[in-house]
Amino acid sequence: MDKVHETPFIEVSGLYQIFGNTPKKIMPLVNAGKSKDDILAETGHTVGLKDINLKIHRGEIFVIMGLSGSGKSTLIRHFNRLIDPTEGQIKVEGEDIMKFPLKELTEFRRHKMSMVFQNFGLMPHRNVIDNVSYGLSVQGTDKTERYKSATQWLETVGLAGYEEQYPAQLSGGQQQRVGLARALCTNAEILLMDEAFSALDPLIRSEMQDQLVQLQNELQKTIIFITHDLDEALRIGDRIAILKDGELIQIGSPVDILLNPADDYVEAFVKDVNRARAVPVKTIMQQTVPLVTKQGLQEALNQLAAHDYAFYQSDNGFEGILLKETLEKALIEQPSGNIQSEHILATATVKPDTPLEFALPKALLSHYALPVLNKEGKHVGELRQEDLASTLDNSV
Amino acid sequence: MSDSSWLTEFPQLERRDLIDIRKSLDGAYRSFSREYGETIENFFDPLLSFLIWFEKLLISSPWWLIIAVIIGIVYAASRSWKLSLGVLASLLAIGYFGMWEDTMRTLSIITVCTLLSIGIGIPIGILISRSNKAQAVVNPILDIMQTMPAFVYLIPVVMLLGIGKIPGVIAVIIYAIPPVIRLTNLGIRLVNVETLEAATAYGATSTQRLFGVQLPLALPTIMAGINQTIMMALSMVVVASMIGVKGLGQPVLKSITNQYFTLGLLNGLAIVALAIIFDRVSQTYAKRSQKHLEGHNNG
Repeated sequence: MDKVHETPFIEVSGLYQIFGNTPKKIMPLVNAGKSKDDILAETGHTVGLKDINLKIHRGEIFVIMGLSGSGKSTLIRHFNRLIDPTEGQIKVEGEDIMKFPLKELTEFRRHKMSMVFQNFGLMPHRNVIDNVSYGLSVQGTDKTERYKSATQWLETVGLAGYEEQYPAQLSGGQQQRVGLARALCTNAEILLMDEAFSALDPLIRSEMQDQLVQLQNELQKTIIFITHDLDEALRIGDRIAILKDGELIQIGSPVDILLNPADDYVEAFVKDVNRARAVPVKTIMQQTVPLVTKQGLQEALNQLAAHDYAFYQSDNGFEGILLKETLEKALIEQPSGNIQSEHILATATVKPDTPLEFALPKALLSHYALPVLNKEGKHVGELRQEDLASTLDNSV
Repeated sequence: MSDSSWLTEFPQLERRDLIDIRKSLDGAYRSFSREYGETIENFFDPLLSFLIWFEKLLISSPWWLIIAVIIGIVYAASRSWKLSLGVLASLLAIGYFGMWEDTMRTLSIITVCTLLSIGIGIPIGILISRSNKAQAVVNPILDIMQTMPAFVYLIPVVMLLGIGKIPGVIAVIIYAIPPVIRLTNLGIRLVNVETLEAATAYGATSTQRLFGVQLPLALPTIMAGINQTIMMALSMVVVASMIGVKGLGQPVLKSITNQYFTLGLLNGLAIVALAIIFDRVSQTYAKRSQKHLEGHNNG
């Protein structure tokens, strides 16, 4: 993701949340390093979140993963201050939102962040279009304008024609699409998703995950996504933070987490993950095999340099593999000739988002690295057999 | 051990002290009512004139017009021909048995009491739903209002305002207002947390949350409260007639003292008919307005 911005878009620092009657008085105990259980036993206060420090970059899907009771739903509610922390700050674009007075906070909630809820949080007394346009109606946007925008977002999430229905008339998946459309309708930059897909059937869930990733490619929002499901985290997250008992244990990319778990807790999680299914091709994609784009045989050989083979992509798109041997032979026959179709070796290809599971058989059947092509059929890199093998080897 | 009688007999206040307490309290209240009775009475004057005007309107309008208006309201609220016909039949029967005028009087006072109860009760309900402290104060008061025998709080009201419509209205409201307060409070507190969080997360102000989310979602519960309030107001008709409220209660009172069984029964049935009309109409209205809450239950 783009890490051009030196100051992070969202920065959480030293965030503590203590539940109880006099949370402020408990802080010294927490700072003295007393354990959660000791504090509960001595004072009856629960340490919900302990010294959370996070940096979230613009345009990434940041997943916070933890089991129930880990404090993840509490944490996400701090970003729009549905819950105020006992101590600590959250800066959005350098401004500490904890310092916002009510009026500014309201404006911030209206324009900067929107939220999707686990159990949808739809308003049962409003029909779909009024639910989707709720954010705008709260802002005082006029009816025609907000309906126009809402209709458009409903279409985007695939619910065109459901405008007049009430939430109770929709299935869970449809309701969450309404929730998603509502969140997108305010054009807020930051999207908070609290176990947004956890209440859905597995099939619908993966469908929604795909849709979210696809939407994200177009919209480039900053998404903070809460889940208890590691597979989900790995599937959609650009980076993942793992929360346990109110403390952050590890922050890293999905592959980082999978391949270098920080402690036994994370490792126990990761062990059950089917890596072949969880890791997409793009995470271990390399760019070592040269790409030939010139038609001339000599130029092609120059681009190939010391490699035995290269991928060939003409103006028509990706063509196949060029072997050095073939090219050299051809050059001898026609010193100033161009690459012909008989010089090109056909090969299987994979897409960046394809899980390794599906790339595996193709990789086994090929002598060469598998070219990775984007949606437009253009070369973006290659999948090498040795990377595939080392990634899938769970024993390391 | 001369002073051990407290073991066998309850140690109670001296009879003389008790009388003194009663006397001084009664005296204080009497002088209070003498001092402020008129001011308070004046305060209620607009309400009294409205009550009289409304009662006159109901009685002096032609009976068929009243019936037409009532049936119109019933149909508009319930969209049910069956219910409208039932209401028509009971109103015709009431008129036929000579209870039209008393019924109109009762109808007018019940309508006013209900509207006042709603007007006072819902804001109080909203207030106590927002503050646990307010709830802790108001709840015991509501308990007292519901369990204190009506005759007891009639005494100070009558001492203050004399006999007539206003004390009647006050007595009825004291008795009938708790359900609407309690159920408004309950309804708002039961609103789904996530739905309310969603409203907050999208930047709704507390007024927008109240009118856009909390009240609409609490409406079925509030309607149940209003329904209960109406029923309790009707059940106070006879008690209120003891302090001079005219209407169906007075013939019932008369038949108790004179042992007129049929007169009592007929007027009692008229009260029941009014109660059923109010109940069915408000309930079908509430049900109809909440239709969208019933889903296809498809997952």
